[in-house]
Amino acid sequence: MSSSASATSRLSVMSMAASLPSVGGYSSAASSIYAKRNTTNILERHLNKTRGTEVSVNAFAFLFSEMLQYTQKRVNGIQDLERKLNELGYRVGIRALDLLVWRDKNSKRETRVLGMLYFIHTTVWKTMFGKQADSLEKSTENEDEYMISDNDPMVSKFISIPKDVSQLNCGAFMAGIVEAIMDGCQFPSRVTAHTVPIDSFPLRTTILIKLDREVLDREEQLK
Amino acid sequence: MNATHSSSSSGGSGIGSGPLGQGNSPTCYFVIIGTKDNPIYEAEFVSVNTARSSSGGATIPEAKKEEFRHLNQFIAHSALDMVEDLQWSTNQMYLKAIDKFNERFISAYLTAGNIKLLLLHDAKSDDAIRNFFNDCYELYIKTLLNPFYEPNSIISSSAFDTKVRASAKRYL
Repeated sequence: MSSSASATSRLSVMSMAASLPSVGGYSSAASSIYAKRNTTNILERHLNKTRGTEVSVNAFAFLFSEMLQYTQKRVNGIQDLERKLNELGYRVGIRALDLLVWRDKNSKRETRVLGMLYFIHTTVWKTMFGKQADSLEKSTENEDEYMISDNDPMVSKFISIPKDVSQLNCGAFMAGIVEAIMDGCQFPSRVTAHTVPIDSFPLRTTILIKLDREVLDREEQLK
Repeated sequence: MNATHSSSSSGGSGIGSGPLGQGNSPTCYFVIIGTKDNPIYEAEFVSVNTARSSSGGATIPEAKKEEFRHLNQFIAHSALDMVEDLQWSTNQMYLKAIDKFNERFISAYLTAGNIKLLLLHDAKSDDAIRNFFNDCYELYIKTLLNPFYEPNSIISSSAFDTKVRASAKRYL
């Protein structure tokens, strides 16, 4: 992990924030007159306001690397680190689910597994990463396994993994997002991320979704 | 005892049954239920527009109305079973009147994240209730997007309360 520049980069961000001109009149800490800021209550912002906006890859990569460093200090072991990343992704996924379903005004709740996976494969990926996921497959060996693959996952692109933690897969973050969405729609499943490099795409990551028994039973009944 | 309970859970604005003294003023009881069947938010409104004309005559004294208020919770929560039955048969979000209890109807709205919005009301138009539910869903999503809001926890924001009541006044 890029540990060398971490301390200095954090400091530089803080100093930048201090030197920015403050918004709306908070000129100094000693000022006791609160000039009214343009603060909008979160309940008054329109949900579609940020619909088409994009965040730069640099900002995301920076934020993600900071998240990794933060969690790295607080865990012992690779499994733990992946679990923490998964939890972080979970928090994102819960919110993404409701927001994306709402924004897609004509969409309904998903009640079938395939519809759900298709939703993740297209809509969720498109909103998060700007493109659809690269493939959606059903495993031939097991009834309850499905795979979503991404040839060039944005989370892993800028993370360099040293040899002693070579087991780590930053796709655990994406797996957390997918798991949250599946859980939210009442398709409880175990979601893990695996790297399966092929020639042209060395970072190709596959997210394996293993559905719980009850989901399959329900699918049977609904058929 | 039930009076204190309901006032603490609905943000303390205590509208309930207004001091109008004009007979059976219809109240609506709205509750948001999380994924673990836990109530996240509750509110009671006095509705201004009702489909049926106010029944002249029987005036229920204030004290007795207080007793009925805790019934609302029971009625709404018992309707949860019906919601779960209907959940897989349709992929609509707005499930219309799913249950009936003593002249009052329970309408439900099921969100994508499996949060249930229940409204206990007297006869009202479907469209009005649908609009109200859509408004409340939007408010819920905005609350959910707050990174400091833990999903499935109680919504205690007074701004949220104000907005829900304003929406209720507009549609119900």
